[in-house]
Parts: sequence; structure tokens; C-alpha cells
Amino acid sequence: MADPLAALETYAHLAAASIRSRAQYRLSFALDFVGTFVSALTDFVAILVLFSHLPVLGGWTLPEVSLLYGVAGISFALTDMLVGHLDGFGELIRTGTFDVLLVRPHGSLFQVVASELAIRRLGKLSQAAAVLLYAVANAPVAWSAPKVALLLLTLGTGTAIYAGIWVAGAAIAFWTTEIREVANAFTYGGSYLASYPINLFGVWLRRFLAFVVPAAFVAYYPCVVILGKPDPVAGLPWLGLLAPVVALATLAAGRLVWQLGVRHYRSTGS
Amino acid sequence: MSTIEVAGLRRTFRVRRATVTAVDGIDFTVEAGEMVGYIGPNGAGKSTTIKMLTGILVPTSGRIRVAGLEPARRRTELARRIGVVFGNRSLLWWDLPLRQSFDLLRHLYRVPAPEHRRRLAELADVLELGPLFDRPVRQLSLGQRMRGELTAALLHAPELLFLDEPTVGLDIVSRARVREFLLRLNRERGVTVLLTTHDLADIERLCPRMLIIDHGRVLYDGGTAEIAARFGGTRTLVVDLAESRPPLQLTGASVVRTDGPRQWIRFRPADATAAQLVAAVSEQAPLVDLAIEEPDIEEVVRRIYTGELTEAG
Repeated sequence: MADPLAALETYAHLAAASIRSRAQYRLSFALDFVGTFVSALTDFVAILVLFSHLPVLGGWTLPEVSLLYGVAGISFALTDMLVGHLDGFGELIRTGTFDVLLVRPHGSLFQVVASELAIRRLGKLSQAAAVLLYAVANAPVAWSAPKVALLLLTLGTGTAIYAGIWVAGAAIAFWTTEIREVANAFTYGGSYLASYPINLFGVWLRRFLAFVVPAAFVAYYPCVVILGKPDPVAGLPWLGLLAPVVALATLAAGRLVWQLGVRHYRSTGS
Repeated sequence: MSTIEVAGLRRTFRVRRATVTAVDGIDFTVEAGEMVGYIGPNGAGKSTTIKMLTGILVPTSGRIRVAGLEPARRRTELARRIGVVFGNRSLLWWDLPLRQSFDLLRHLYRVPAPEHRRRLAELADVLELGPLFDRPVRQLSLGQRMRGELTAALLHAPELLFLDEPTVGLDIVSRARVREFLLRLNRERGVTVLLTTHDLADIERLCPRMLIIDHGRVLYDGGTAEIAARFGGTRTLVVDLAESRPPLQLTGASVVRTDGPRQWIRFRPADATAAQLVAAVSEQAPLVDLAIEEPDIEEVVRRIYTGELTEAG
């Protein structure tokens, strides 16, 4: 994977194949698109309702909160599109299909990521983009070239942070198949039931890490910089400039957990 | 340098708080151009070995070199030089027409388009894939799919081919076609083949040399002919007669067991054909039903343990 252009080309071929594979299920695609759009819209309506009672929330006006929401929403939607399918990664491990990826001349993480591009999640993305456009038009910011660049960079770093966490969370599956076998010692055969709390644990852990720890660097701190606001939390209003560092660190951490997982991989049966 | 070098290879798994040893100190080498059968009963450690040789699993200890590379460490580099076919996993894209899987593999392995076209045309010709190109993989029969899998594994012209139960579940015609293809591949291209199978007949027809493993250890490493001469060469004709009779007297074969009207007749194909025997049997007694049994690997392993076959180093 030394040549990024060649890698991108390979990615495009694999992702396009996944889209072709799903093309036969057009109705489900359309429903998915509308569904995510509507559910994302309800999220935002909740914020609007809140602001109809309180014009300012914790020192933040509606356009400012919209900027936060838009940045976080776009980052999350992009991540979901690019790596959301890693949620089902445990299945590749359980069935041993992962073996096939390991005998090909590419990194396994690259191949798993490239195995799907969920364009049906565009619904969520377009909703978040609409909110961001509203924020950009109404927030008290003098939009200079550096500020626009910072905003765009923030979308990239936010996506990278979410993606790193998502990969680390999915990589837990490398270990949980083993944990499940241990659990089976007590339940003999009830593999589905036994696996449930462990999957739940994975999801819970990922959510905690996803929303609590680095969420500050996905949207909050970068927005503080863009809006030129004070930071009552840590008193460090420039912290947002570190978002690229946090993004790279999170991606590296996700990759590391993945690689440890691959070395731990047991494959299944025959 | 040998194509495959394995020394002191071990792999353990922790299962239910116990340590299970799947591969327990295996040594062997395979030279370029060899066709070697790697066989053993279920759970003997066959697949675990193949997975370590291809870089899927990391060994617990021991040394492996495949094409001069350490598989787990240089997995992607090795992947360009080997082909792998799994009897129970697919290399193909399930929902897409067969043709598109091949096209994707061309991109994954970066095979130049003219080279890819030439190889695909050749493989499609030998394996008679042409009419299947536009069918989604999920609609192919098992035999058709296996021919697709072989093509997929060979499009990047690997020097070494690993086959893990490639004939499992195939009908007789597909099985014969796959075997014939593998022989040609080895003879004409010099591709080294390591084949695991549960089916002794695969080995007899394909591999001059076989490794038998059981409980993670090499039980036998030597000529297939030697095993076949002592054991594998025999078939058993099972006949159901209209009534119970004393053992039939036949030339070139002997009844080894009777159970009511059923008799087991062991013979060597060199001494008598099944057709001759069936004719001879029906001359002596009315024949109701018949079946031919091939020796199975469990039986060979059992006989090695009981000392009927000598253990080779």
C-alpha cells in the first residue's frame, strides 16, 4: 500500500462492487435514505424546540449550536458511510470469511473498509449539511479563507476521530469470539445468547469512547476556535487547533488495536 | 531452497480454559514442482497447518518459510506468489456476476490487462467457464463455483497453490474435472501444489507423495504408491444377495465379511474390475443391490497405528 493513488483506485473498485451488489435492492436503499433523513431531522427539531424556550444555551446561540451539530453530524455521517459496516465485522470472524482477506496482497483493514461504501447513509449526511449551511450563514463569524479551511479540516479530522474509534471497537470481535467460547463452556450451545452481552459490551464501550472522550475534538474545541469563544470547560480556547493531532493519534490507535487483533486471530474450524 | 520449509511447527489454542494443541511439532519440506497430499482425519491439524503456511494464523512456535518468506510477517508479499482455494469459503463476490469477481481480482493483484485477459481466456477454456461468466456467483452449482474458485486463485499466476478440501461436496464429474485440471497445471506449469483432503482417492490420483498427520503430528511422509500398494489400492464391493449364502468364491477377489444376505468383497482393481466381479457374482446368486466402498483415511490411520503400515521419517 505504498502508493496512495493505486490504493485509492483499488478502494474505488471494491467500493463500486459493493454498491453494484446492493443495486438490486433499490427499494430498501430508498427507504433507508428517507429513514435516516427523517430520524436525523427529528434530532435537530429537538434542538429547535429547546431554543424556542431558551434563546441562549450555556452561552451558545442557535446558529452556534447548529455549527456544533452540523460539524459533528457530518463527521459522523461520513464515518458511518465509510466504516459503518464494520459493525457487522464480527460475522466475518465468526464464519471464518476473514481468512479470504488474509490471503490477498492488501492489508486486512483496508479490505474490510473497502468492502462497502454505504451511500444509502447520504440521507443523514445531507441533513447535517443543511444544518451546517444554516449555521455558516447565521453564526457571528467573519468567514475568511483560513476559517473556511479550518472548518473543512475539522470535518476531516472529526471523521478520522470517529473512524479510528469505530475500527478499534470493531476489532474487539477478534477477542470476543474467544470470550464466547469460554462462555460456551457454561452454556453449551447457547452461543447466540452467550454472545449477546459481549456484543453489547463492545457497543457500549465504543459509544462511551466515541461520544465522551474525543467528541470534544470532533466539534466542540474546533468550533470554539472558529467562533472565537471562551472555553469554560478547560480554559484552553486554542485546544481545537490540536484536532489534527488527536485525529492522527486516534487513527493510529484504531489501526494498532486492529493489528493486535489480526495477530490474535484464530480463524474457525476446518 | 525448498518452496516450503517447516521445522518444529506448533500451534496451540486456548479453549475453555484448557490449552489444545492443534499442531504439535511438525517438520517437512516441499520442493518446487512437487504435488503433495496433506491428509488426516478431521481435527488432525490439516487446516491449521495450511493457515499457518498462508499467513492466516500466527504459529505458536517453530519455523516456516514459504517461497523464502515468513508467512505471518510478510503476508501481503507472500499473497502475490501463492494461490489458495478453500473448499468451504469463497474467494468470489457472491452477488456479482462471475466475470466481475475476476475483474476485481485483477485490480487487487494489479495484473496488467492483456496478461489478465490471456490467463482468463486460458483458464476459462480448460475449466469450461465461458457460459457462466454472466451469472451471479450465488446461482452457480457447487462444481461450477469450485471451477470459478480455481480460476480466481490462479489469475495472478502463483508459483504455489494451496488447496484446502477442494473437492468437498463435488459430484463425480466435477471432481474428475478438477483433478484433471490440477494435474495439467502441475505438469505444464510446474506449479507446486499442497492439497489437503479427506478423500484418499484425490491423493491417489494427484499426489506422488503424501503426508499423513494425526493429533498434530506427522504420522507418515512418503510415497503414495507405497500406501496404495499396501492398502489404498483395494476397493470393497458390497453386494446384497436375494438370500443369505456362504461366502462367494471369486477369482481375483475375496469375501472379507458377511452379514445375512450382504457380503463384502475386497479386490484390487489390478486383479479384477468391478464389472467383472458384478458379473461373476450374479452368475452365482441373484443380486439385489450393490455399492463400492473406497478405503477412507481413518482406516489408513488406524492401520498405521496398529503397525500394519510402517511409519516413515
